[in-house]
Amino acid sequence: MPSRYIANTPAEQREMLKMIGAASIEDLLVKIPPKARLSRPLALPPSLAEADLVRHMRTLAARNADADRFACFMGAGSYDHFVPSPINHLILRGEFFTAYTPYQPEASQGTLRTIYEYQTMIAELTGMDVANASIYDGASSLAEAALMAHAVTERDEIVLARGVNPLYRRVVATYCDGPGIRLRDVPAPDGVLDVTTAGKLVTKKTAALVVQFPNFYGCLEDVAAAAELAHAAGALLIVVADPVNLGVLEAPGRLGADIVVGEGQGLGVPMSFGGPNLGVFAAKSALVRRMPGRLVGATVDRDGARGFVLTLQTREQHIRRAKATSNICTNVALCALTATIYLSTLGKQGLRRVGELSTAKAHYAAEQLTKIPGVSLRFSQPFFKEFALRLPKAPTSVVARLAKRHILPGVPLKTYDTTLADSLLVAVTEQRTKEEIDTLAAALAEVLK
Amino acid sequence: MANVPADLKYTKEHEWAKREGDRIRIGITAYAQEQLGDVVFVELPKVGGKVIAHQAFGVVESVKAVSDLFAPVSGEVVEANAELPQKPETVNKDPYGKGWMIVVKPSNAAEWEQLLSAPQYEKFVAEAAH
Repeated sequence: MPSRYIANTPAEQREMLKMIGAASIEDLLVKIPPKARLSRPLALPPSLAEADLVRHMRTLAARNADADRFACFMGAGSYDHFVPSPINHLILRGEFFTAYTPYQPEASQGTLRTIYEYQTMIAELTGMDVANASIYDGASSLAEAALMAHAVTERDEIVLARGVNPLYRRVVATYCDGPGIRLRDVPAPDGVLDVTTAGKLVTKKTAALVVQFPNFYGCLEDVAAAAELAHAAGALLIVVADPVNLGVLEAPGRLGADIVVGEGQGLGVPMSFGGPNLGVFAAKSALVRRMPGRLVGATVDRDGARGFVLTLQTREQHIRRAKATSNICTNVALCALTATIYLSTLGKQGLRRVGELSTAKAHYAAEQLTKIPGVSLRFSQPFFKEFALRLPKAPTSVVARLAKRHILPGVPLKTYDTTLADSLLVAVTEQRTKEEIDTLAAALAEVLK
Repeated sequence: MANVPADLKYTKEHEWAKREGDRIRIGITAYAQEQLGDVVFVELPKVGGKVIAHQAFGVVESVKAVSDLFAPVSGEVVEANAELPQKPETVNKDPYGKGWMIVVKPSNAAEWEQLLSAPQYEKFVAEAAH
């Protein structure tokens, strides 16, 4: 049966077969051993008309718990920040909405310029000299930073604070396995880096100390103290930061970070069940030749007009081969463009407002929730937009019961750390209303009775 | 044919080596810098580090390519040209003088004898050109 999605007609197929001297398409498959072939038709339901198919897909999608229909207090690395309308209007334009990122300067000045603007904004937010065109996600950015620190310092150990996202730490472990980089974990018994233990683990063998700001539990690490510790041993300080918070929080670069990485999803990229995400990567200029990923620079053409090109490509593996710091030869251009439009739309004041509202609402939520008997803050540390709650009942069952009321109250920490099996990680963005927070508090009180 | 000073020894990777008492000064040849074109970056090992004969000790990057620098002899790095990171073009301007790269305290005297003489290097370059 001819398909509307297969471009050639039966007549054209016959013509092509005749040209190569085959009697049928089946003839092209005779080399495949019969036992390797399926001898019956695929067990598929009959095809649907387009209208029926759309209806079917909508029914399936309605079974998802998404942040449009559920009050989402889940974070742990992916956050429900508002996505302003200009983003979809602009990123869906044909010039941008392509699976291939065109980097050729003669054909792609528009794309290169958006990447250059993105890099500039990220460098300013993070307090770094240079940012790359982006990497896949926060986890791969951190893993690349670990490899970079190893290359720069020629040292073989990375010391990671336990407050760094546990999923990121697993990706770092995978990346560091091949080159034989050893990882050392610093415990966070009080929710933040244990400075005494860190002081013992950071030595002349340490390539970098890694802290997250705010960390996985939402607590604010003392980045300046971590920088002092790292630099005293000749190690680099890598800071994992969410750029959407940096409208309010101090730029890690001003606190002593040498490399700043993070997940940029909050900058206008929808959560989309976990991806695609935006890997932010920025560094001090002295480290630029060991920096992974694409980098766009501004220059002038022979007539003196401003233009944009990929620059310092000799760092990359298509030139440097096995000696390149990284295998990354691409970026997540559409997500980087999204972040650029997001930041341009909100501006300096808008980004600050997002941070202020998120942290104010998070603190209001923490106040309301800890009024419930048996519920307390897991850590008594300053926090930003996320906090861990100790619950008197198993968090997983609490989540399941509240989900039935269209509330996603948070992420049970048991998945990441068995010592925190009694704790729930709650994130509050500017999207959450007072009403939603009060509803959460009432519903939680009820299921805990 | 590019300048090949008679008092130096050479490698097939186009480094030169100059004996200075018990030390050996190392750089790249005039032919090498000509082939590379404008040098934009040089990465050298730290003083106190070890280099091994025939193995890479650093990187020279031009507008055209990135090339490894190969050590003519093994030993400890006692000096590295601190000017090159800021002024990489010195390698093009004065490859046998101010464009030197490192000074090594050799650990194996026999390696010196295995290096090419100026006439041998000239012959090697002439043959490579055909």
